[in-house]
Amino acid sequence: MAPMTTIPTASPTVPATQALVTLHQATVRFADVVALRQVTFSVSRGEQIALVGTNGSGKTTLLRALHGLLDGPGLDPATRVCHAPTRQAMVFQRPFMLNLSVRRNLQCALWLARVPQPERAARLHDALARVGLADLGARAAHTLSGGQQQRLAMARALITQPDLMFLDEPTASLDPNAKREVEGLMASLAAGGMTLVFSTHNLGQAKRLATRVVYLEAGEVVCDAPTQEFFHRPQPPRAQAFLRGELGG
Amino acid sequence: MRDFGQNAAPNAHTMETLLQSLAEAWRLVSTGHDGLWQVVALSLRVSATACLLGAGIGIGLGAWLAVARFPGQRWVVAALNTLLALPSVVVGLVVYLLLSRSGPLGSWGLLFTPSAMVAAQTILVVPVIAALTRQLVGDAWQGQGDQLRSMGATPWSAAALLVAHERLSLITVLLTAFGRAISEVGAVMIVGGNILGLTRVMTTTIALETSKGDLPLALGLGLVLLAVVALLNGLVAALQRRQASPLKALM
Repeated sequence: MAPMTTIPTASPTVPATQALVTLHQATVRFADVVALRQVTFSVSRGEQIALVGTNGSGKTTLLRALHGLLDGPGLDPATRVCHAPTRQAMVFQRPFMLNLSVRRNLQCALWLARVPQPERAARLHDALARVGLADLGARAAHTLSGGQQQRLAMARALITQPDLMFLDEPTASLDPNAKREVEGLMASLAAGGMTLVFSTHNLGQAKRLATRVVYLEAGEVVCDAPTQEFFHRPQPPRAQAFLRGELGG
Repeated sequence: MRDFGQNAAPNAHTMETLLQSLAEAWRLVSTGHDGLWQVVALSLRVSATACLLGAGIGIGLGAWLAVARFPGQRWVVAALNTLLALPSVVVGLVVYLLLSRSGPLGSWGLLFTPSAMVAAQTILVVPVIAALTRQLVGDAWQGQGDQLRSMGATPWSAAALLVAHERLSLITVLLTAFGRAISEVGAVMIVGGNILGLTRVMTTTIALETSKGDLPLALGLGLVLLAVVALLNGLVAALQRRQASPLKALM
């Protein structure tokens, strides 16, 4: 395999001093597979970063590493993760809902986040209204549709008032309507200035929502550039090939 | 060549006795034999109490073993799984030794009381509840632990949430434990003493009446025992259907 070009990963839009999370030399192995290979990466306040790449390129692993969910023998001892004192939340590709009502699921999130009791009712109401589930508070969470469950997962993340949100393929396996709903919600969060890092196979979505696009391949960051630059200027050959394949160009 | 006809008469006689006994058993149950319902009530009370106590200990222990990580955990889990096959007479013997007048807990004066029977049955059901809870919560933790950790869950809070998540399956676990408790005879016989009106339960009565040759009462109690378990199964199934309904989530 030819050596890959790794573009420096300092934030292109915000000074590095405002980094919310920084990953140094992250190497992650799952048995014989190297999921991340010496990745150095930082997320600055106010960025919306799209992680793109083929299946198995390391997008989810990078999100999990940034969120601090990786530990154990697979994580190389040289890996360093620095988190600024911020609130983070993550929305998973297949969100796990407790076998409880929509409202109870959100109350559990508030309890886990140790939100003071007096604030809980208002936050719950706001979160449900924000994702358009205000009328479904009493429904059993597992009976919601895929799109509704994804919106509930976003409400569960939003209820903790995070500064930084990670989303792992939030619109994968959703029908077009549900995709639109979730993407609309992400757009409103981005417009509100929330820092988002999301993985996606949908380059159109990356173009619409992201301020910065990171292309991963075989666990390495091949290209990391502002969105306009990523889509309109020459990129390393592997990223070009990926773009051609995805865009049919 | 064997003469199968030789055994025909005894088999027919046995069948006739069985049918007569069943008919008599049904009459005893339907008319309410003296003391029968007292025996049934005590059985239910002892086993239900043991299951409640066992649930408190077993669900907590099982959930903790599912999420905690400590040296020697594998050995603890292996020991717990071994205790699933704990012989009830051994439990009875140990509780007897503990509660007998010369035993360390003899001063409590619990031997040959329903409390001693509850203690013995609790010891019997705790491994069942703990092992099955560990399996249920462990599977859920393995699959969804990251999402709970992402929300800030500690192993303890995650265990509590996963117990709530798996509550319907845990009801089945408790039903299994209740089945083990109410059908058990060795331990309650040893620590209860099978005293009429005080510690006589269904299983010890069945054993006693069978040894005396009073098959109708033994069979009648057997029928009641089956009916109790069937009724509980029905209740659990109804509860599970109700919980599965979209609008009937735990609010």
